[in-house]
This record gives sequence, C-alpha cells and structure tokens, in this order.
Amino acid sequence: MKKPCMFAILLTAGMTMFGGLAFGAPPEMPRYRFENFTTANGLPDNHVYSVLVDGDRIWAGTDNGLAVYENHAWKTYTTQDGLAHRAVLTLALDKESGDVWAGTMGGLSRISSGRIDSFTQLNSGLSNDVVYGVSVEGENVWVATAAGGCRLNTRTGQWTLYNERNTPMNEIWVYGVSATPTKVYYAVWGSGVLEYDQKTGRWDKYDDPDGETEMVLFKDQGLIHEIVTSVSYVDNILWAATYFGGSRYDGRYWHNFLTKDSGLPSNFINFLKGVDGKRAWFCTDKGLAYYDGVNWAVYRPSLTDGKPEMMVRDAAGKVTPVAVTTAPAHNYVLGIDFQGSDIWVATAKGLSHGIRQKQ
Amino acid sequence: MRRRLQTGVGAGLGIGLAALAGALFAVAFWTDRPVHANAGDAVDYASPLEVQLSPDGARLYVLCQQSEEVRVLDAASYAVIRNIAVGRVPRGFSFSPDGARLFVTNSWDDTLSVIDTSTLAVVATWPVGAEPSSVVEDRAGKRLFVANRISNDVAVLDAQTGVEEKRLLAGRGSSYLALSPDGSRIYATHVYPNPPRVQTDLDNRREPESEITVIDAARAVVVDRMPLHAIAGVFHLAFSADGRLGVAAEYHPKNLVPLAHLEHGGAFAYTLTLFGADVGKASVEVPLDELERYASQPFGVAIAPDKSRIYVTSGGSEIVTVIDVPRLLRFIHSHNGPFVQDLSASTNYVVARIAVGRNPRGLTLTRDGRRLFVANRMEDTISVIDTRTNRVASTITLAGPKTISSLRHGEQTFYTARYSFQGQIGCSSCHIDSTFDGITWNLEPDGFGRSTVANKMLEGVKDTEPYKWTGTNPDIPTECGPRTEKYFWRSETFDNLTLADLATYIRSLPPRPNRWRLANGEQTPAQERGQEFFTRSVDKFGKPIAESNRCSYCHSGEKGTNQKISDVGTRKPTDNTGLLKAVPLTEIALTAPYLHDGSARTLEEIWTVYNPDDKHGRTNDLTKDELNDLIEYLRAR
Repeated sequence: MKKPCMFAILLTAGMTMFGGLAFGAPPEMPRYRFENFTTANGLPDNHVYSVLVDGDRIWAGTDNGLAVYENHAWKTYTTQDGLAHRAVLTLALDKESGDVWAGTMGGLSRISSGRIDSFTQLNSGLSNDVVYGVSVEGENVWVATAAGGCRLNTRTGQWTLYNERNTPMNEIWVYGVSATPTKVYYAVWGSGVLEYDQKTGRWDKYDDPDGETEMVLFKDQGLIHEIVTSVSYVDNILWAATYFGGSRYDGRYWHNFLTKDSGLPSNFINFLKGVDGKRAWFCTDKGLAYYDGVNWAVYRPSLTDGKPEMMVRDAAGKVTPVAVTTAPAHNYVLGIDFQGSDIWVATAKGLSHGIRQKQ
Repeated sequence: MRRRLQTGVGAGLGIGLAALAGALFAVAFWTDRPVHANAGDAVDYASPLEVQLSPDGARLYVLCQQSEEVRVLDAASYAVIRNIAVGRVPRGFSFSPDGARLFVTNSWDDTLSVIDTSTLAVVATWPVGAEPSSVVEDRAGKRLFVANRISNDVAVLDAQTGVEEKRLLAGRGSSYLALSPDGSRIYATHVYPNPPRVQTDLDNRREPESEITVIDAARAVVVDRMPLHAIAGVFHLAFSADGRLGVAAEYHPKNLVPLAHLEHGGAFAYTLTLFGADVGKASVEVPLDELERYASQPFGVAIAPDKSRIYVTSGGSEIVTVIDVPRLLRFIHSHNGPFVQDLSASTNYVVARIAVGRNPRGLTLTRDGRRLFVANRMEDTISVIDTRTNRVASTITLAGPKTISSLRHGEQTFYTARYSFQGQIGCSSCHIDSTFDGITWNLEPDGFGRSTVANKMLEGVKDTEPYKWTGTNPDIPTECGPRTEKYFWRSETFDNLTLADLATYIRSLPPRPNRWRLANGEQTPAQERGQEFFTRSVDKFGKPIAESNRCSYCHSGEKGTNQKISDVGTRKPTDNTGLLKAVPLTEIALTAPYLHDGSARTLEEIWTVYNPDDKHGRTNDLTKDELNDLIEYLRAR
C-alpha cells in the first residue's frame, strides 16, 4: 500500500482539531439512539428510580418491583420473591460475587443468583427502612438511609451506623453514598458531604460556605449547596449533586456548575455519576446532561413540544442544537449507568437505552 | 475432638461415676460394650468421618475427626503408611486434580491444611473462613473453593498461595462441595435451612427452605440456586461419571405436625434430591425410607462408575442403601410425584440395605467400582463392601482404644436411630453434628400448631438446667429419658446406663470457638458499649430498671442464664404457658430463629418486634445503634 503523504495527515489532523472552531460547528459530543422501555414492553412500572448495568443484564429499580432485562426479556422481582419493598430506589453491584444490592422504601435487599435476602430496621441492624443509596466496597456494603448511614460487613454480619452521634452529620437524611477502598462519601440532605477516610477512620465534612442559603457569594469557594443528593468518587475526584447545582472537588479545589455558567439544564440534580475525574453525567429534572471536562451535551424530550432534543454547549458558552430523532423517555431523570459506550437512563416515565452512534 | 473429650473429664462427673459403677457391673452381661476405666477420660478415638482413595487408587486416606489426623493406608493391604496430624476438628478433605496435594478443612481453628501426597507431610496451613467444612480445587489448579459453615459462604482462594479472593453467598451452614465431572460447576450444600423471607405476618410455622448453590468454577460466581423446598440438612452430593445425574443426601423434616405423630411417619423423610439431564428440567426428591426400614440421617453419596448403583450412608440407621439407578430413573419418569411421603416408593429402586458400623459417614468407591469403603465414625472402622454381593467383605479396624468409654457410648447413643419408633430418628436427626437444626418444631401432642418450639444448640448445655423451654425437666437424664420416650421415641427408651452415658456425652459438649470475639480477648468498642446496656441498672431517662428486668439478671453468669423461670411477655395464643426459662446465651449468634417458638427470625426482632412492653428487658429506650451495640455484645458472649 502506498504510504499517505505527511501533508495529507497533517491537513486531516488539523481539520479535525480546528475544523469545529474554524467552521463554527459544535464540539463532537456523544450521540445516542435511545430505545425506551415502559410497561408497554415489559417494565413493571414506568417510574424508574434507578438503573444498574451488570454485564449483559440490566437491572431497573421501579416503583413496582425490581426488573431485570436479559436476553431481550424482562423479569420482575417483587415482595413475593422476598424483595424488601416494591419501590426500588437505588442499586449497586458487587463485582466480585455478582450480587446485586437494592435499596428500597422498605429495606435493603441482596439479590444473589435469584435468592433474595432482605434486611430491615426490624430484622437487622439497618438504621432505617428507607434506603436512598447503596455502594459496595470489598466485603462492606455502605448504605444511605433516611436515618443516617450504615455499613454492613458481609463476613461478620456486623452493622455500624453513622449519624449525628458519631459523625459530623447535622442532618441524618442521607441521600447517596459512594464507597471506595480509600474514601467513602455520603451525600447528606441538608448537611453537605461527609467524607470517611478508610485508613484513619476519620470523618471530614464539606459544607456550602454560604450556609443553608441559595446564594453563591464566591464561585468555586466550596460545595455548591448543603442539600446534597448524590455523590460519585472516581479517580480521586469527588462529584457532588445538589438541588441547587453540581460540584467537582479534586482534594484541593472546588469547581461548581450552575445553569448560568455551565451546560446544566437545571440546578435540580437528582443523581450524578462520574465517568472519570474529568467527565460526568448529571441527571436533572430537565434532562440528562453530559460534561466532558470542557463541553456539555443535554439529551431530553423538548420541554416545550416533547420532541427529541440534543443541545451542545461549548467552552465559550455557545449552545448549538444537534438534530436527533430519539431522546430519553422523560426529562425527569433519576439515574444512569454505563454499558461500554452505551448508557442506560432511569426516568420518571420509563427506562432508556442510549445506544452510542458512530460519528 | 481431643480437647472436647478433655473438657469432659470433669463434665459429667456425678453422672459419669454413677454410670461407671453401673457399667462395670453391666459389662459382664454385655460384652459388646467394654468400658473404659474412666467414664469421661480423654481418649483419642479416631472417629473416621471421611474416606477417599488417591487418584491412582493405591492409597486410602481416612479423615479422623477426633484424633485430628489424616491416616494413610495401603489400599490393598490396609497397612498403615502414615498418620498426619492436621488442625482442630477436621471435617472435609479432597485431592487436587493431579493428586499431588490433599486439602483438609479444620473446622474449629478455621484453617486449611495442605498435605504433599508424595511426602505425606503438611506443607502449608492457610487461614480460611469461619468453620471450613469442605474444599475442592478447580480443574485448572487455579482456585480452591472452601465451604464455611458459620459464615454461610464459599470462600474462593488462590490455590497456590491460599490468599482469599472473595466469598460467595451460600446456604446457611454451608458445608459440602462437589465438582461436576466436566469441572465447570461446583455444587454446594448446607446443613441449616436458609433464613425465611421477609413476611408481613408473624407466622412462625413454616417449612424449611434450602438450596443447592451452583458456582461457575471458571468465573467463581454463583450462577444458580436449586431450591429444595421443605428440606433442612443437606449433606454430600455426588455426580455420575457422565455428569448427567446429580444426587444429594438430605433430611426432609415434618415439623408442622406434632412429633407425637411419629407413629404415623411424622418426624422425617430421609431423601435424595436427583437432578441433571437424566432427571429432566426439574429436580426430583425421592425417599430412601421404607416402612419400618428408615434410612435415618443420610450423609454420604457415591455413584458407581458405570452409573448402575447409588450408595448412600445413613449415620443413624447404620446402613448403606444401595439403589439401582436404571430402576430409579424408570420409576421417576413413569410415576407422578411427589414421592417423598410414599413409604412404598423405595421398593421400586432400593435393592439392598447393608448393615455397617456405627454412624457410617463418608464413603468412596474404587475406580472399578468393585469395592466400597465406608467410614464408621463411631466405631473406628472402615467397612469394605463387595459391590457385587452387597456384603461387607472385610472391616478395617483403625488403631486406637479398644475399649469404649461411657462418653463414647453416649456419643454412639446420640447418633444412632436404633432406639426410636421404627428407627426413624436419633438425637442427631435434629441436633446436627451435636448442634441444632434451625427449625421450629411442633413437639407436644396438644394439637397442631400449639406449643411450637425452636430447637436449641446443645453445646455448652452443661449446668444450665432446668431444660426444655418451659424448664419443666430438671436435668438432662429427665430431658433425654422419660421426655424423649414420651414425645420422640414412642417405643423402648434407653436403659439407665445408656441414659447416663448419653447425659455424660451431652454434658461434655463445649461451645465451639466464638468467631465474634477478638483474638486478644478484648472487646470491640461496639461490644463494650453493648455490655454497658446489658448490665445497666438505669435507663436512658434516668429511671431505675428493676433488677428482674435487666438483661444481666436473667442472663447472668458465664453461660448467660440464671436458670430461673419468668414471663417475658412472649406468650402467643397458641402457647400453653408464658413462663419460660432464661435461655443460655452460648453461641447465640449462630442459633436463629429466636424466642421459644422461633418467632424472632433474628436477634434484632427479639426486641424490635416481640418486646413492645419492655417485659423482655428494658430496651425500648435504646436507639437503633445502641441496640446494634447490645447485639454485638451478645454475639460475642
């Protein structure tokens, strides 16, 4: 084969790198074809609180049971199967054992190859039956509940509770948890972010420097707000979602995201998940947003006419619509997980499979 | 269990001496029952539990639980080659696929002994999970799988270093493992029923549920759980060489009808679960029993290399049941089940019941299937069965004491079913391996569903009289004598000497090591806090707690009982009384369900559900984390 000449290579690279700017095109952001699942095609309920990718299996926590999609068919686990409650708010995978942990409105359930063991505040050391978040780290299962955080050691069966008595937690309404071998973060509704150092056993706390107000006196001064709904710790970077914006913390500096100065479609963020230290997905009440470290993309049905919509915002703040034919099932987004380059999205009116499109 | 016997020296001294005097008199009349000089003496019986042939068939390995060793015999001459000391109370062993290593699980010190089969020496001892009970290595020699009875899981270890990779949730009392012939799957059984599912009612009358846990050997994840409805106590599992037939030995308790109905076949069915391609999509449960010929306490299973026969040991009935496989398969495919209650079914496929020694357990076949070795645990012998004639061709006597101590005789009595009506049950039918069974039983003949009681742990029961939940039996001989005769055996009971020996044995049972205690003997912070709640005399509002309503009053002393009767508000409409004995706290973490009727599925439920009026101790002022601390303290008792 004849080698391509160096000039052609440089020209192509240059056009790729600068073409967007040169010709005013929006930055390349991932595009998806969304296939949506509702009760019409097998989901037990359209209200999907959470989604979990488990290899080829997809778990969906709905308002009416835990559904699993495998081999193009849905199967639903209910309280009749031992599930702690019909409403499944959060899901986590133990990658070692393959067990799935489901936080529900009525306790915590462990689904292990079809067997369901449920833990409640009556039959176990679980602090409260309303489980908003769960995260598996080694032999420990970390839980966020309406009455503080918990840790279950699956080998010893010991429960350790974390609340205002033994942590700097002012409120005990804990919405989310992200556990890793080094750090564990709790998202506390009204009490900022709690950090637990696994090595030292010490707690630290991150609050909004502006207190419990919606003012932001100094941008990037600290956590954007006290009402924290979700945390994601990945590559030593903390991503935090609040009902009043999002935050990224690298251990030294905070960077906050608001609709007025980012591509967030709403400051009301239900959930977020970091891809790595640079990229993250934000699940808001007005659509799904992706941040690649510089640019933003929003995926949703249009807030005005419901038509599929994708908006890209570049580093300069220029927003450009991208023509799409599909969108997530609803713009009230509650959860997301990744399946290779695909995404699965939990919304208030169905589950969506975002199939990555070649660009 | 060398140490256990030693603790028994003083254990049943009173009863033991009385038994000794009587026994010395009786020996002249019963030559089958020689008596050791001291009833409770430490005697190193071998107690062979498992037996395996080396892959080349040249050596016979015998796992001796009581002498805590592996004895290696020449498989032809039965001459002893070497005795290899292992850890405490070994329970299971298996070879690496190449036969170069033998792995032994030591259940009481939570270790795995690795024996080099060329040097016959222990070359490594690896820490594993709580009460390791059996072990298999995958075909690739990459991973070891270890069933841990107390932690209810299967640990996955690096086969070369012993470093634990992860734990997989198994059934409660995870105990026995088998590798499928193609090496792709590991099957795990368990001896206690799984925790019941969350229920909205308070019904404690339920049949047990068990499972066979199926593990993908290559990925080391659980891929299936075969449900075993109404089964509690699943032991060995074997496969035919072609992998098309799997067989598990198990107990099928009939716990919902009064045990007084034993004469109606009401206590247990002893069954096999069959599964695999030969069986079909669903597993099938078939009984081993026949009217008046029960196969009490099935344990070991072996399938002939040509799949013509299944062999099953029954520890209580002291037999090996021989099943014709083609007839068995024809039967299950030509009849509609369920078969488990049909005492005529086994005549269709059982072709022999071979009497062997006392408490037969593990068994293994030669590669040609001609000889079957059976470990008679309570007799220190190996029965060698000629499978062409279905007769015991010879008996290998293992080195050890030739006399039988009262303690040994008591243990033999505990494990045999020969005393019960039609030989249906023995003490160990419900007290598996001298522990408990996790089942709530309907014992009394006062009506279906009345006075149901949870079975309790026997270890540490010495000096905690009176016995029975209501405390109406003043001592062990009463509990095991007249009471057993009336409610359990429904036929001849023990003679006085046998009863005394049985009591000596039961009193000798020490608690197993408590896995919730720190190795240095100190308490965790949670346990320390919990102890304060346990012993407190003032509640959180500053009000004095009446002495009788403090945890530490009823549950006082080393074993956690003041041995008194009281009403803690747990009486149900179906109970005849609410007056109950303060239950000992020994090994309380292991023995769910709780309360007299098993209504509390967990320790937490004792107080979160069944103590609304603070009659069972002042606890309703505690926060959730404080209650957790109290439970952490109790688990470490």
